[in-house]
Amino acid sequence: MNNTMGIILTGGKNNRLKELSMERSISAVPFGGKYRAIDFALSNMINSGIRNVGIPTQYNFRSLMDHLGSGKEWDLDRKTDGLFIFPPYLSEYGTGWYKGTADAMYANLTFLKRSNEEFVVINQGYAICNMNYTDMLKQHVDKDADITVACRHMDDLPKEDLILLGIVERDSDEKIIDFQEKPLNPKSNFASLGIYIIKRKLLISLLEDSAAHGYFEFVKDILIRKLNELRLYSYEFKGYWRPLSTIQLYYRANMELLDPSVRYELFVKNGKIFTKVKDETPAKYNEEAVVKNSIVADGCIIEGTVENSILFRGVRIRRGAVVRNSIVMQNAEVFENASLNNCILDKNVAISFDKHLNGDQNWPLIVGKNVRV
Amino acid sequence: MAKEMIALILAGGEGSRLGVLTSLIAKPAVLYGGKYRIIDFSLSNCINSGIDTVGVLTQYRPLQLNHHIGIGKPWDMDRMNGGVTILSPFTKQQKGEWYSGTADAVYQNIHYVDELNPNYVIILSGDHVYKMDYAQMLNFHKRNNADATISVIHVPLEEASRYGIMSATDDGRIFEFEEKPAQAKSNLASMGVYIFKWNVLKEFLIYDHQNEQSDHDFGKNVIPKLLADKRSIWAYPFTGYWRDVGTIQAYWESNMDLITRIPQFNLFDPDWKIYTPNPVKPAHYIGDTGHVTRSIIAEGCMIYGSIKNSVVFPGVTIEKDVVVEDSIIMSNSIIKAGSTLIRSIVGEKTAVGANVQSGFGEYAENTYNPKVYQSGITVIGSNSYVPDNARIGCNVVLDNYLMPEDFKGLDIPSGSAVIKGGEINE
Repeated sequence: MNNTMGIILTGGKNNRLKELSMERSISAVPFGGKYRAIDFALSNMINSGIRNVGIPTQYNFRSLMDHLGSGKEWDLDRKTDGLFIFPPYLSEYGTGWYKGTADAMYANLTFLKRSNEEFVVINQGYAICNMNYTDMLKQHVDKDADITVACRHMDDLPKEDLILLGIVERDSDEKIIDFQEKPLNPKSNFASLGIYIIKRKLLISLLEDSAAHGYFEFVKDILIRKLNELRLYSYEFKGYWRPLSTIQLYYRANMELLDPSVRYELFVKNGKIFTKVKDETPAKYNEEAVVKNSIVADGCIIEGTVENSILFRGVRIRRGAVVRNSIVMQNAEVFENASLNNCILDKNVAISFDKHLNGDQNWPLIVGKNVRV
Repeated sequence: MAKEMIALILAGGEGSRLGVLTSLIAKPAVLYGGKYRIIDFSLSNCINSGIDTVGVLTQYRPLQLNHHIGIGKPWDMDRMNGGVTILSPFTKQQKGEWYSGTADAVYQNIHYVDELNPNYVIILSGDHVYKMDYAQMLNFHKRNNADATISVIHVPLEEASRYGIMSATDDGRIFEFEEKPAQAKSNLASMGVYIFKWNVLKEFLIYDHQNEQSDHDFGKNVIPKLLADKRSIWAYPFTGYWRDVGTIQAYWESNMDLITRIPQFNLFDPDWKIYTPNPVKPAHYIGDTGHVTRSIIAEGCMIYGSIKNSVVFPGVTIEKDVVVEDSIIMSNSIIKAGSTLIRSIVGEKTAVGANVQSGFGEYAENTYNPKVYQSGITVIGSNSYVPDNARIGCNVVLDNYLMPEDFKGLDIPSGSAVIKGGEINE
């Protein structure tokens, strides 16, 4: 797919992830022991052969920029093409902040114009899935589509999450006949993944057209407004896909990694997931360690009990501490005889001696970054 | 800008006493500590000490080493000015020649150092496991206005005959140096870490090259010659953890040192990180049936069995009802259900079949190579296959690249060996 470039949208302000996204872009939320959400979208592009990726971002992007760096971990530190990060800027014509997804791309139209790939894959930085776009591009070309939208039957998502998605209705030839963004009463569970393939030149003209009319949103102002003018096709994706858009989905997607088939699909089947390296030494288990059904990253030292949990890099679980059904992020420390159940500890949290925290399975307790309990 | 000090790492060593672990790769490339290769320690010490220009002198089976070092990215040595350079033997107009000794290896690369024109050169061995600040040693060297400084460590007197042994005055000036003496006069052993003034070293290397009697070895020839010429040579005392993991027993022990609660050799130190290329693998997973104590487990592993007192490298799968004790399992190997491994070392990408027993029974002298295999530890090579239900004793060696047809039977008693047929095992 060296005739294809990529754009990753990193999401706007999101309150549904609570403390986890207060200080970071939703695409930079830590996931699965060592990753950030955006690693999946970015690695999918790399694994599909895309070598030119632009990432417009504006909401709390410090952690995202820090994570992506020059893109060397994704092999994107290139002389030609590679990784381009686009924070908002002020100019004679622009007002700075991106007013929507289409506006974010329009503000960086030069990037699209200077590139010379034929197609563009647009995707979202906050969804967990491992998908190779080669097949989708083939369908896009075969159907001679203007825009192909990756969709999926959301049988495995609860109904309340469907209202956060775009619901798609298609005919027997995959042609999209209706697209409803975040409907209150979804007609079906066939929803858009926010992954689109479109010809670069068509994207440029659609963005120019939409900006000229004062429109800013790719979905509302381009997909939905132009539904009848453009040849819109759906591409059905049948694999694992989770948006990290609510705390419940975030918690659940992490816990689903304990299932070997999910891990196989995400990390092995369609290609590797790349992330920023931290040079931690392998995890050490001391005499008292009891670890069951858990994911443990490098740099951890464990001398307590850990069950059904995800431990990120550099976590310390002290003697007598018990961690169950929890997500413990980088460099957090659970001291002697403390216990956690259904908790999410952000980075550098310390749970002191003999403290007991209990969340609910459907409403995990979140302890924000750098907090000492 | 000229560099004050550059490093040369001698990485051509065969490490012949490590047996199958080094029959396909050089000793500096041997895996260590759940993630690293031995040369990572010297390279990381360099960058942590502020040395960003390093020549790595290779000779014996350099492929894995070249691949590992690449352009030096993991050590932040991919530099415009300086960085890491692999220096392999090369042909000249008249003839080509191998490096005939440590001093000869440096002699043949005088042009590399001259081009950089540093004031000082530090000579390191790529074979050793330790953390050391070479900047402090350089300060010591400069304070004494030394021509050469040798880093030394106290060793037990009974082991002294394995090392280069020095006698020094109370303030550290060396007046005597003996390479592997039968009767040691002191227990100050050379760690094979030398700082030289470059102009002095160059002079002595040229002299040594012209001396046909010389073995072209730093310890045997160059240092004694400097002493004979009354040059100023100083001993820099080092008190930390330092191991030349030259034998299977020493290699195994040093790996096991890492699993103690607070190891003397602590790789968790954020101020002195050891760098290595990171595998692209997810964090490891311990299953419902897994049980891990006193062990080190790397990324990408899937553990469904029981592991105790062991070091497990990235990407290893340990199936159900497996027991691994006092063992080292290297990258991307798999131990199938029902197997038990005790005091065993399993090489990279090896598949140990189901219900295999390894490391059991009474000690017996190894019939294949008793000098190398004498620790009682069973060593299984890399890229090998061990058939289901095999019963492997202790002090056994299984070669690299074994296939089912290489096994004559399932009973492999203590002290025996299964060696790949044919002349060259690659």
